[in-house]
Amino acid sequence: MKQSITLSKITQLMGFGFLKPITVLFSGKPQREDFINFLKKIIVPLLSIVLFVGIWQAGASALYNKEANYKIEKALADQGQVAADEMKACIASGEISCQPNTLPSPAQVWTSFKTLIKDHKVISADKLAFKEKTAAMNAKRVAAGKDPITYTGRPSFVDQIVTSLKTVFAGFLLALLIAVPIGIVIGLSETLRSSFNWLIQIFKPVSPVVWLLLVFMIVKTLTKDSNSDSAFIISFISVGLCAMWATLVNTAMGVSSVDKDYINVAKVLKLGPMQKVFKVILPSSLPLIFTGLRITLSVAWMVLIAIELLAQSPGLGSFVWEEFQNGAIDSNSKIIVAMFIIGIIGFLLDRIMLTIQNMVSFNKNEGV
Amino acid sequence: METLSTNTETIISENGIQYPSKVMLDLHNLKKVYPTPKGDYVVLEDLNLQIMKEEFITIIGHSGCGKTTMLSMIAGLNPISGGNIAVLGNPVKGPGPDRGVIFQSPSLMPWMTALENVLLGVNQVFPHASKKERKDIAKYYLHKVGLDGSFDKKAIALSQGMQQRVGIARAFAIKPKVLLLDEPFGMLDSLTRGELQDILIEIWNKEKITAVMITHDVDEAIFLADRVVMMTSGPKAKIGDILNIDFERPRTRKSVLEHNDYYEYRKHLIDFLEH
Repeated sequence: MKQSITLSKITQLMGFGFLKPITVLFSGKPQREDFINFLKKIIVPLLSIVLFVGIWQAGASALYNKEANYKIEKALADQGQVAADEMKACIASGEISCQPNTLPSPAQVWTSFKTLIKDHKVISADKLAFKEKTAAMNAKRVAAGKDPITYTGRPSFVDQIVTSLKTVFAGFLLALLIAVPIGIVIGLSETLRSSFNWLIQIFKPVSPVVWLLLVFMIVKTLTKDSNSDSAFIISFISVGLCAMWATLVNTAMGVSSVDKDYINVAKVLKLGPMQKVFKVILPSSLPLIFTGLRITLSVAWMVLIAIELLAQSPGLGSFVWEEFQNGAIDSNSKIIVAMFIIGIIGFLLDRIMLTIQNMVSFNKNEGV
Repeated sequence: METLSTNTETIISENGIQYPSKVMLDLHNLKKVYPTPKGDYVVLEDLNLQIMKEEFITIIGHSGCGKTTMLSMIAGLNPISGGNIAVLGNPVKGPGPDRGVIFQSPSLMPWMTALENVLLGVNQVFPHASKKERKDIAKYYLHKVGLDGSFDKKAIALSQGMQQRVGIARAFAIKPKVLLLDEPFGMLDSLTRGELQDILIEIWNKEKITAVMITHDVDEAIFLADRVVMMTSGPKAKIGDILNIDFERPRTRKSVLEHNDYYEYRKHLIDFLEH
């Protein structure tokens, strides 16, 4: 029983409250209302997924037919009846070379997903074998003061995801380290707030692409004579700069709008400036700071894809771009797979932030 | 003001003015002006009041007459436009822990526990005491307000009445010279209010800290006070009348209600408020 309580508390805290009907149904004695709840919260959402996939399937097959008809008509107009019949037969036979290239169906996307997983397994095995093979040699090279030989094969889809996550966390951390301290400082001072307001208002709406170019200009020069991974540095700094504004604005707002009663208490008790900031102002603005950080993380994830795509930095963004350029028959469905993965990861990141936010927020009755 | 004549000892303040030593708090020709686009709005003018050591003063008056303004000026949270305020002869220049305040809303830090809230003040006032001693002081006052089981509860998890109890404990624990109470029970239901009045007066009987309390409740004003100060309606509010309450201390609600003079006092106050 205790376990189910903590389980439901955790799901609640993570914002997965919608899973509660299931935990209720499987713990203790379910009531009639629990079944209705189950129906409302589980069955109906599941139906919505089915509906979504259905519409997708219908749309994809309509587009497929349109594209196929266009191909046949084009063959008819260019080369005559025989070529048109050949094209028709070719499409019907499922021959790869003449398949219409359009929105993939759910089934095709699922197949691509499985292909990508299989591909990842192959590459991982390959990597492992490479590591074993070069282990002895690398040890010697390191002992001789040379760089070890690294695996330079194609990264798998999962590797790209990991790279993207690393970039987004580096960017998020940068945003946090810049925006929170500055936000606190300008939140504390009315003068600073009004003096820096123009800067925030002007730079906040700047597009990620422009940030990338700006960072590129600077980092390119700075890293000219070092062999560091400049693509990674450029992309994470750009992500951080694009995403930090929400945190900056929220922190400044949180700090400047602390309840006047708390400030009065601090004044009456004659708290020193440090104590005032750390014991009164910061704790009371934490909820707003975390709201800002949550927005920052989701913005960071969103712009990351575009930035990776432009910066030629490895990750999901370049995966999508390469697949698009590639134009292979399953490229489109791989792009859709990437789209879902991006969406799901973004959702999970948001949930993690929400969980942390709920844990630090004092507006919850944790004591009860 | 007749108490003044009995003072023979005097102390000399920083600026050389002689004060009868029994005066804890002296408001002299106090004035408060708020500038508005249509010219100055004078809230208080020529307000004179002397409050003795160990005296409990309640202040009543119509809403908006400037009671809270006066109290926050004493607390140092609101600048003085004219005249002066002195605590034991020393002019008030800003807020400080020698004047504890119990606000209308409990104003506890919601992310701290009850104990931490009280400690926030205690740590500030007794920086040289050991950690344990400071904790003991905080616990003592929380015990006094009847919160023995709630030391480690987050302030936000406490009811309004319980939060205000912590507010009382916090104010007494810093051992102020003057205690300023701004309608501390105004937001509570009448049952809780009664309980808290009892708690307040019980601690006060022990500590005898000079107290100035604003209230809207005539019965509360009589029950708690040595003198009830009536303020005229603003603008340019001043002291209208002062009523001495000659009930013995310690008082109980029952003894006060049964006292012959009670209804006389009550009538006096209500007559003042209705004119």
